[in-house]
Amino acid sequence: MRPELELISEWIRPGARVLDLGCGDGALLAYLHERRQVSGYGLEIDSANIVKCIQAGVNVIHADLEAGLEDFGDSSFDYVIMTQTLQAVRHTERLLDEMLRVGRQSIVTFPNFGFWRGRLQIALQGLMPVGKTLPYQWYDTPNVHLFTIRDFEALCRNKHIDILQRMVLDHAHQPRLGPRLWPNLLGEIALYRLGRA
Amino acid sequence: MPHHFPPDSVGLVTPQTLQFEEPLALDCGRSLAEYELVHETYGTLNADHSNAVLICHALSGDHHAAGCHEGADPNKPGWWDNCIGPGKPFDTREFFVVCCNNLGGCKGSTGPTSINPENRKPYGPDFPIVTVKDWVRSQARLADRLGIRRWAAVIGGSLGGMQAMQWAITYPDRVRHALVIAAAPRLSAQNIAFNEVARQAIISDPDFHHGHYYEFGVVPRRGLMIARMLGHITYLSDEGMRAKFGRELWEGTPNFNFNFDTEFQVESYLRHQGKAFVDRFDANTYLLMTKTLDYFDPAADFDQDLSAAFHRTQARFLVISFTSDWRFAPARSREIVRALVRAGREVSYSEISSEYGHDAFLMPIPLYHEALRGYLSRVAREVNLNGRDRESSPTIPPTAPVAAEANAHAT
Repeated sequence: MRPELELISEWIRPGARVLDLGCGDGALLAYLHERRQVSGYGLEIDSANIVKCIQAGVNVIHADLEAGLEDFGDSSFDYVIMTQTLQAVRHTERLLDEMLRVGRQSIVTFPNFGFWRGRLQIALQGLMPVGKTLPYQWYDTPNVHLFTIRDFEALCRNKHIDILQRMVLDHAHQPRLGPRLWPNLLGEIALYRLGRA
Repeated sequence: MPHHFPPDSVGLVTPQTLQFEEPLALDCGRSLAEYELVHETYGTLNADHSNAVLICHALSGDHHAAGCHEGADPNKPGWWDNCIGPGKPFDTREFFVVCCNNLGGCKGSTGPTSINPENRKPYGPDFPIVTVKDWVRSQARLADRLGIRRWAAVIGGSLGGMQAMQWAITYPDRVRHALVIAAAPRLSAQNIAFNEVARQAIISDPDFHHGHYYEFGVVPRRGLMIARMLGHITYLSDEGMRAKFGRELWEGTPNFNFNFDTEFQVESYLRHQGKAFVDRFDANTYLLMTKTLDYFDPAADFDQDLSAAFHRTQARFLVISFTSDWRFAPARSREIVRALVRAGREVSYSEISSEYGHDAFLMPIPLYHEALRGYLSRVAREVNLNGRDRESSPTIPPTAPVAAEANAHAT
């Protein structure tokens, strides 16, 4: 289990209804079902991943996130979760709005492009960052939006999205002191719990 | 010399017929005083009768879903043989699989070709038009007789998927899982239009005789053939037909003849399909089944609110559609999924990439069969675990077995 998913589960109220956007092989939902007795669905576009979810007994729905969440009613879930996917969707703003419409709260995780190693690669080598959480070359990356923790929080301010909780993980994917003090420099992955009044 | 079946075949199968003496009230207001249902079973019913799976057939299907009949061509097994058998998605080592010919059919269950007890003549056009709900009620009686209180799963493609949906709605506590494949929550105007052209082809055939063609010793061959040819076009996709036939000319036709003989491969294929169908299907049944399709609309009973229809269901659903299916396109399956989500039901949905059109649900497409296999292996584990729980807790008696064999006889 990715440490990030364990940390997410600690934010989830037992018995909650959860929608997991881009749920992959269903690992997070299976884990949340076991640990937090959640119910709900995962949305996924890749057919091979959908089969893996079905094999794992996870409710999965074939869907294209870029088309929005119109099949889901307002506040029909306690949490709408999206892990490591926000940077790969084209209509970022609209999807954030949709998540906060469908879910009472949203949980978002993403790779922080402000992480020091990436900054060094650009500053010293003059190359786009490639690393553990960003394993792609610029020409084959599925990531279409590159942003940092400060960028994201500025967007939340503009859109009147409340940041209810934040956790920033270092290169070992642990929430240690360093990334707590200098999140945008020492944080490799950011986790947010969001809401909207 | 007996034929040796492959190890994943259910092998030689024998249809059984059950007679039902208790009248069945139908949606049309009439009732059937008595009727027969022919069915086949594969696999073994377990001790607590929890491993039974019902396969519902589509428009032109029947009870012969897998294996081969005595004396039949072993290369032409039942219509869903690629899914049913030891190690196949509907694994007969785990499940007791049941498939029956629906009322109104022409393969042994009571239908237009059967003798009407009131006048000792074939029903013909006087056979009542039955609905999906009527079918489900008749199948529930079959389940009672087989000693099956609750199906582990009810499964069907196309019109069969509609029966699976209706089962979950009509008998919420009798269905653990509903697998709804290449279906729609109701027909569109376009769907009904195609059915109407098919019906008019049959009805306007001079040999139709207002449906009483049995008495004249003829069948409306041309009409039924055209109906089937039309249907076949809607079962395939444009891309699939292009790949299979293109504009190839039929063998023996080097150039255009400048007449109306068979020239293109696709014409030859459709004519062959149409002719073969006439020999194995009854025109009155075809008319009836198309009406059954047209009438299906579970939301109609719930103020046109499909999610209200699903509100009482207890089953978990697996919904599957195919990208090139334009008869019941993926968007139609998504309507079902949306309604289930809004009703808060458990559902998974997979859209399988395929160029086989509507027919894809009968094809051994790897991802499709993997999805079915993955889902059903969990169903098998679920019922087997429950079975063991029940054995260790004597307070819950197993479903009382009903003497299923009492009225059964081979056809």
